[in-house]
Amino acid sequence: MGEKPKLERQAMCDRLAMEFQDGWIVNLGVGMPTLCSNYVDPAKDIIFHSENGVIGYGPLAPEGEEDPYLVNAGGQKVTAQPWMSIVHHADSFALIRSGRIDVTVMGAYEVAENGDFANWRVPTRKGGGIGGAMDLAACAKRVFIVLEHTTRDGKPRLLKRCRLPLTAPGVVTLVATDLGLFAVTPDGFVLREYAPGWTPDEMQNLTEAKLIVPQDVQAFRFRE
Amino acid sequence: MTLQDATRSGAAAFMAHGKSMPMKNKIYASFDAAVADIPDGITFMSPGFGNVGIPRNLLAALHRRGVKNLTGISNSAGRPVDRNGIGNLIEAGQVKKMICAFTAPTHPSQVTPFVRMYNNDEIEAELVPQGTLAERIRAAAAGIGAFYTPTAVGTELAEGKEHREINGRRYVLEYALPADYAFIRAWKADTFGNLQFRLAQRNFNPIMAMAATITIVEVEHDIVDVGGFDPDHIHVSGVYVDRLVHIPPDGVWD
Repeated sequence: MGEKPKLERQAMCDRLAMEFQDGWIVNLGVGMPTLCSNYVDPAKDIIFHSENGVIGYGPLAPEGEEDPYLVNAGGQKVTAQPWMSIVHHADSFALIRSGRIDVTVMGAYEVAENGDFANWRVPTRKGGGIGGAMDLAACAKRVFIVLEHTTRDGKPRLLKRCRLPLTAPGVVTLVATDLGLFAVTPDGFVLREYAPGWTPDEMQNLTEAKLIVPQDVQAFRFRE
Repeated sequence: MTLQDATRSGAAAFMAHGKSMPMKNKIYASFDAAVADIPDGITFMSPGFGNVGIPRNLLAALHRRGVKNLTGISNSAGRPVDRNGIGNLIEAGQVKKMICAFTAPTHPSQVTPFVRMYNNDEIEAELVPQGTLAERIRAAAAGIGAFYTPTAVGTELAEGKEHREINGRRYVLEYALPADYAFIRAWKADTFGNLQFRLAQRNFNPIMAMAATITIVEVEHDIVDVGGFDPDHIHVSGVYVDRLVHIPPDGVWD
């Protein structure tokens, strides 16, 4: 079963980016979520916000055209959109806490069927890397999570309840994994779209939480 | 007469009156001179995010000065290999405690001097969510004692803290975070200490500049005379700034 191809990271992030709506303010977490900015429907104006107070940055800067003063939350050199503005760090998080971020996309170690997620600390290591994740998780209008469906040694990451310390309780609404797309509803995880060649039963076997499989479940939608 | 003209003619009248500008000299000749009186045991703020806006020249001077038992307030606690960063102070054993948003690396492979020392209990740390850290600094700058934030509610970082329900939502109490010294990296400054930053360099710089008892600034461009900036285009008022050092050509420019 492990031989079956899974979704590429870019496809997972593209799928979440398809959900972005015209005019949304979007914050992308460091790492895999930054791939979401590689695909934006040209018909939509998306305002990318970064914790360091850059509101309205554009794609990664081409080599040789980097401005060392313009970076996103991951420290990557980015370009400016014509509508870009700069605020200081406290105002940047005022924007976050006041609920003006339409969606934040983050990676995680675990997501639970009640919308809890964990992405900042593993108890076997001292300390944690919280950054802006708790502010974004608690206050953005929507929290999307992108993560591999299982750990490296095959343990499920879509759980009944998180085991690791939470980043925020009950906030996740949509999850993309390398096996499909899942909505988090009051009833639990609903399988919306499945990766090519995978059956709901095979996916359930790799998931601790119960997967709800609706009649209208679809094949995974790739970037057009 | 436009407002701008009025401002200009007002300044001209002021100068014509024969009064000298009401200010002390804030310009220091070197970074070492600007930190020469800093004692052991102070709390200091160090801005910077994504390698931009870090006061590297002042941190290097503080490193050379060798003061100890420092408490550092910064977004992160240094990089695996730091160069004129807070990590050099930590590695040299000058810092007893860090207050920051990262006390573990985002990737386990990134083992910084801080992480090594923290794992060996050689340094203390207080982990603060980044927005809470920024707002605690802003509160200190604004004379606010504490505030309620929704961030971290329902997580272990809120355990043991005072909670309150406001309009149906749960919040946690967080206290203002002042400092003795702030080290600031600015793009431009005038002799009064009015500051401008460029793009993402701004990050924590303005709020830290306003939250410390003594604010020391390293400046990239030549420090201009007062009147050189449009008052509407100043990011931090010079009233918050105590010392200015222009970064020389052989200084640290990244």
